[in-house]
Amino acid sequence: MANSLKLPPGPVGTVGQRSVTWVRKNLFNSWFNSLLTLLSIAFVLWIVPPIIEWAFVNSTLTPSIDACRAVTGACWGFINANLRLILFGVYPYDEQWRPLLAMIVLFGVIIASLAGVKYPRMQKLIIPMWVVGIPVIAILMWGGMLGLTYVQNSSWGGLPLTLILSTIGIVFAFPLGLLLALGRQSNMPAIKTLSVVYIEVIRGVPLITVLFMASVMFPLFLPDGVSIDKLLRAQIGIILFTAAYLAEVFRGGLQAVPRGQFEAGDSLGLSYWQSMRLIILPQALRLVIPPTVNSFISMLKDTTLVVIIGLFDLLGAVKLALRSDPAWTRYYVEGYVFAAAIFFLICYSMGRYSAYLEKELRKGERR
Amino acid sequence: MTATETMNKVAPPPSDEDVITINKANKWYGNFHVLKDVDLTVRKGERIVICGPSGSGKSTLIRCLNRLEAYQTGEITVDGILLGDDVKNIEAVRREVCMVFQHFNLFPHMTVLENLTLAPIWVRKTPKKEAIELAMHYLQRVRIAEQAHKFPGQLSGGQQQRVAIARSLCMQPKIMLFDEPTSALDPEMVKEVLDVMVELAKEGMTMLCVTHEMGFAKEVADRVVFMDAGEIVEMGEPHDFFDNPKSDRTKLFLSQILSH
Repeated sequence: MANSLKLPPGPVGTVGQRSVTWVRKNLFNSWFNSLLTLLSIAFVLWIVPPIIEWAFVNSTLTPSIDACRAVTGACWGFINANLRLILFGVYPYDEQWRPLLAMIVLFGVIIASLAGVKYPRMQKLIIPMWVVGIPVIAILMWGGMLGLTYVQNSSWGGLPLTLILSTIGIVFAFPLGLLLALGRQSNMPAIKTLSVVYIEVIRGVPLITVLFMASVMFPLFLPDGVSIDKLLRAQIGIILFTAAYLAEVFRGGLQAVPRGQFEAGDSLGLSYWQSMRLIILPQALRLVIPPTVNSFISMLKDTTLVVIIGLFDLLGAVKLALRSDPAWTRYYVEGYVFAAAIFFLICYSMGRYSAYLEKELRKGERR
Repeated sequence: MTATETMNKVAPPPSDEDVITINKANKWYGNFHVLKDVDLTVRKGERIVICGPSGSGKSTLIRCLNRLEAYQTGEITVDGILLGDDVKNIEAVRREVCMVFQHFNLFPHMTVLENLTLAPIWVRKTPKKEAIELAMHYLQRVRIAEQAHKFPGQLSGGQQQRVAIARSLCMQPKIMLFDEPTSALDPEMVKEVLDVMVELAKEGMTMLCVTHEMGFAKEVADRVVFMDAGEIVEMGEPHDFFDNPKSDRTKLFLSQILSH
C-alpha cells in the first residue's frame, strides 16, 4: 500500500550544494556520461544560437519586401503581409470573419467535449453540441441564408479547411472504425468477410490514391448530371481511409480485454450491445488511447494531401501565398516554418490531451 | 438473520420439482469428445458438487447450463426453457442462472457498487435507487458493504470473489453456478468465500458447484457428482460417495485429493 511506504529522507544542504550533487549524479556519473553531456552541450551551442539569431534577432515583422531584403534573418513580414491568405485561403476577403467565427465555434465544441472527462455533467451535452455546432459551422462557411452571401466550398481554404476536414474526419471515422472492428470479430460470415475485405483493401492503398479515385475516377461512374461535391468526396475519402486504420487499432483493444469479461457480461444476461457498450468498449478503448490519437494525428497531417485535388488547406494556402507575388517566393522557409508551427501546436495538444486522458481514466483503479 | 444462526441452521431438503434436466448431452471440441452422454437432473433447492480431475469436462458441463458453451447433441432444459441456439431462450435462461467464476471476472473499470447494480439496471430494468439498495443489501450479506465505493483492483482475492457472489445474487437468480470459485485464491482467503457459499446453501439456493473443497461438499451437498474423461462416473449423497466409492476411478481420485 502506498501510504505505508516510507518517504525517502528529504534533501540536505543548501540549494547550491544540492544542485552540484544533482549535476554530478545525473550528468557526470561516469566517464561515458560525462562525454555525452559535453557533446550535447557542444551540439546545443552550435545549433541553437544561429536559430535564435535567424528567427528573432536578425528578423523583421514589417510586411514589406524592402524590409525583408534589408535583414539577414527571417522575413516574418511575409507571414504578416499574407496572414489572411494563409489562414483563410481564397475565401472572399470581406467575408473572412465567417470562417474565423466558424473556427471559434468548432474549438468551443471540441474543448467542451474534451472537458467531459473531467466534468461528467458535460457528457450529456456533447452530442447536442455537435448536432447544433456542425450546422452552425456549415451555415457560416457556406452562407446563402440569414443574409450571408453564398460561398462555394471550392473557395474554402487555409486553417478552417484543415480543421473541418480533420474534425469531421475523426467524428465519423471513429464510429465507422468501431463498427468495422466489431464486424471483423463477428460470428456472421457475411459481415466478417465484408469488414476484412474493406479493411485490407483500404489499408493496402495510399491515401493519395483514395483521394485521386474520389476526385477523378468516382465521377466517371456517376450518371450524367449527377455530381457530388469535390470537398465532400475528399472528406468521405479521408473518413473511409482513417476508419480502416482505426478498425485495426480498436481490434487490438478488443483482443486485449480478457475473455472472462465477455463471459461475465453474458452470464449476467446482458445483450451483446449492452456488454459491448458498458463492459468491453470502455476497457478496450482505454487501452488503445495512444494508438488512436496516433491515427488522429496522422490523419490531421494527411489532410494536406487534398492539395492534389485542388483544395487549399493550410499548407496549400502557404504555397498560394508564396506564389501570390514572385517577390515573396524566396521566403518559403518562413512560410513552411509558420505552417509547421501551427501543425505542431495542434498535434502536440492532441498528444498532451491523450496523456491527460489516460491519467484521468486510470485514477482509482488497478492500484 | 445473524451469521451464527445461519451457520447452525440445517439446509432445507430440496423440493421434488426439477429445475435442470440434462439428457444425453454431448460436446466436442474438434475431434475431442469433452462431454459424453451426460445425464443429470437437478431438483429445485438441490446443492450439487461436481468434482473430478482436470480436463474431465466438469467446468464445460456447468458452462453449458448458461450457454457459455454450446453442446452438439442431446438436450438441456433449465427452468423449463430448452437451451439451444434460440437467442431469446438463452437470454431468458441467463436471467435466472448466474455464474461465479474462478477468476472473479469483476469489471475493473467500475466500482464495486456499479458492478453490482449494472445487471439489475440494464437487464431487469430495476430503478437505480432500488438497485443500489439491493446491492447494499447483498454486500452486507457477504460482509463487504464498507468496500462499496472501491474498485475491484483495490480488494483482496477473497473480497473480490465475495463481491462476485453478491453481483450474481443481485440478479436474484433461481440457480447459481460456481466454477472453481476458490481455486484462484490464496489459502487464507478460501474460508471467507466458502462461508458465504455455505450460508447461501443453507438458505435453499439451487447450487451447482465445481470444486475440490471436499469439506464444503460434505457439509452442504445433497449429491456429489464425479466426472472423468467427459463422463459422469459416479454420483451419490456425500456420505456414500466419500465412504463407499464404487468405481476404481473415484477411489483413485479421492485417495489423491484427500491424502494431502
